[in-house]
Amino acid sequence: MGVEGKSGSAGTITLPLEKAVNWARTGAMWPMLFGLACCAIEMMSAQAADYDMSRFGMELMRGSPRQSDLMIVAGRVSRKMAPVLRRLYDQMPEPKWVLSMGDCASCSGVFNNYALVQGVDEVVPVDVYVAGCPPRPEALIHGILRLHEKVRQEPLTDWI
Amino acid sequence: MGTLEQATELVTRELGDNVLELTTFRGETTISLKAKAITMAAKLLRDDPALNFNFLAMLTAVDYYPQEPRFIVAYRLYSLPNNLYLGLQVPVSGKQPELPSIESVYPSANWHEREVWDMFGINFVGSHDQRRILMPHDWEGHPLRKDYPLGYEEVQFTFNFDEIDKRKPYAKE
Amino acid sequence: MTAFPAEDQIPEELRPLLSERAQTGETIVLNMGPQHPSTHGVLRLILELDGERIINCIPDIGFLHTGIEKNMEAKTYEKALVMTDRTDYLNNLGNNLTYCLAIEKLVELDVPVRGQAIRVIMVELQRIASHLVWLGTHALDLAAQSVFLYCFREREVILDLFELCSGARMMTSYIRPGGVWRDLPPDFEPALRAFMKDLPRRLDQYEAILTKNPLWLDRTVGISPLDADTALAQGLTGPVLRACGVPFDLRRAQPYSGYEQYDFEIPTADNGDVYDRYVVRMQEMRQSLRIIEQAIADLPTGLFRSDNRKFVPPPRSELGHSMEAVIHHFKLWTEGFRAPHGSVYAATESPRGVLGCYLVGDGGPNPYRVHFRTPSFAALQALPVMAKGHLVADLVAIISSLDPVLGDTDR
Repeated sequence: MGVEGKSGSAGTITLPLEKAVNWARTGAMWPMLFGLACCAIEMMSAQAADYDMSRFGMELMRGSPRQSDLMIVAGRVSRKMAPVLRRLYDQMPEPKWVLSMGDCASCSGVFNNYALVQGVDEVVPVDVYVAGCPPRPEALIHGILRLHEKVRQEPLTDWI
Repeated sequence: MGTLEQATELVTRELGDNVLELTTFRGETTISLKAKAITMAAKLLRDDPALNFNFLAMLTAVDYYPQEPRFIVAYRLYSLPNNLYLGLQVPVSGKQPELPSIESVYPSANWHEREVWDMFGINFVGSHDQRRILMPHDWEGHPLRKDYPLGYEEVQFTFNFDEIDKRKPYAKE
Repeated sequence: MTAFPAEDQIPEELRPLLSERAQTGETIVLNMGPQHPSTHGVLRLILELDGERIINCIPDIGFLHTGIEKNMEAKTYEKALVMTDRTDYLNNLGNNLTYCLAIEKLVELDVPVRGQAIRVIMVELQRIASHLVWLGTHALDLAAQSVFLYCFREREVILDLFELCSGARMMTSYIRPGGVWRDLPPDFEPALRAFMKDLPRRLDQYEAILTKNPLWLDRTVGISPLDADTALAQGLTGPVLRACGVPFDLRRAQPYSGYEQYDFEIPTADNGDVYDRYVVRMQEMRQSLRIIEQAIADLPTGLFRSDNRKFVPPPRSELGHSMEAVIHHFKLWTEGFRAPHGSVYAATESPRGVLGCYLVGDGGPNPYRVHFRTPSFAALQALPVMAKGHLVADLVAIISSLDPVLGDTDR
């Protein structure tokens, strides 16, 4: 809004700028290590040599939320863990995205009971949901590529 | 070398009328005791040189609401030298659910007892640490009791999708 | 990790557990939080440190508590099997087996010999897969990152084998009451033999990288040595206990599913430190391979699942021409089979230790109470005893040598 407003008819400047910025954001989107349960093992398999996620820019999994862009919630979120999840999400700097991996994160999966948060979108806003219990590494990579497509279409919002 | 007969005979001899019942089901022997005798029974079984039940395999509870006695706390002891399993059971009432802790005999009982406290509300007297272990520390209620609801949430199908969607607490940002 | 240096910053519920030196700020209280690269899951540790030395370590678990035990009470016996896959998510088939053994003990159901042999093959493959993940993450914690990639490459082969049999890589639910879900496909045996030929060479390669490596030895030898009595009193079993010199393995002591016919050794070591646990687990992988070789060499023919139709649903091919099959199918999939009153305890040897299932039946189709006695729960309870006096960097090695799986601990 800000940049476009100031440059008047700035479609010719901001459109390629938008594309460049979004391309850069998808180029090296580092996920935060947030493996909770079984989906974490499939996430580790996706990171390992057979289904390499480094090809898509996710070379490292950063332990610290301050240095990561993407939070892959891999696994079931219990009610004890939910405040921790929210706190870590708040500690991530903008721009940030959330990918809810697996059935337990998306809708609590097999476990419809007192102990789990019924879907992590009750705690953090989710961009992409990947279904499966656990999703195959290829499914996770598909989810990440869809997220990249979504990011490429994001408009340039108060970027100043 | 000890045998199960020696173990049951030792317990019945030493504890007398604190032993309520002796059962065998599917090849497993279980001695049912009164609550106040459990620590002494565990100590006897562990310290006896022939029997040597040196490993606490399991400690848990079962809720038989609304029967009285409401809870049964079940133990399984294992003797490594003799390769024997022995079960102990203590019926605990629902109005005042407490019994002595066997932490002094088996240090590994502490977390199991904390879990039983957390899930059932059974107080272990003499335990040095009786906090919640699996639920958040300020949770109310004891989840595995039979009168505690499962917490089942209504499933979102196509016919009720929108109405559940409206009242589900989504995080907006 | 946040540190609480001042007295008023220590949370109320932790105050009674910490020593007086922590209250005055003489020692640091450090929170090694639930999200951490080296805690093998969502484990929270509250450490009281004097410089870098650990004075006390308080584990706080429950961040993955899923209410599995209560949820299983609401499902029938066979439908609740699905949940057992997800307790210890690195030992899915082992959990299935433990639960099925408890059910079979309770209802007195026999498993045919082919079913037992297939179960043994699957559980031993699962043991190798679990130890590979352990080795990969243990090495990763101690900064040998390439071993992680190698181990996961081997694991992919095992997961392909599981997918061949059951359709799923991890949550297979392949072992069901009465036997296994369906027979081994014809291309399973060649794939398994290719894997068995390949694995010893690869294990030799991993041992060549690590076993005599001075960096590895420096970081693992002498860290938290345990003697057998302390280990037993703390409730530790499995490779940790065997590394202390106690040759206790439930597959030998209380054999189940036909283990008495297989010839294998129980590896032990002397000191019980982190290095010895590594050595024991590497040997265990080789022994598992030996068991699989024996099992697949003379795999019995016959039924793979019991044909007692009161408990086991009939195959779909029979439904076309047998009325009894239709009735049994209907009864078993709507209401489920009923188990008698009584309680049983069945235990198996999981890659982490003794895994027990306590099952109470009440005459109905749902289990009245299911409790899993899990090895990781006992192992984490012993962590304060093991970590006292060591450095924080050693704590990372100790935790990963215990091989805790938080799904197993919290259920």
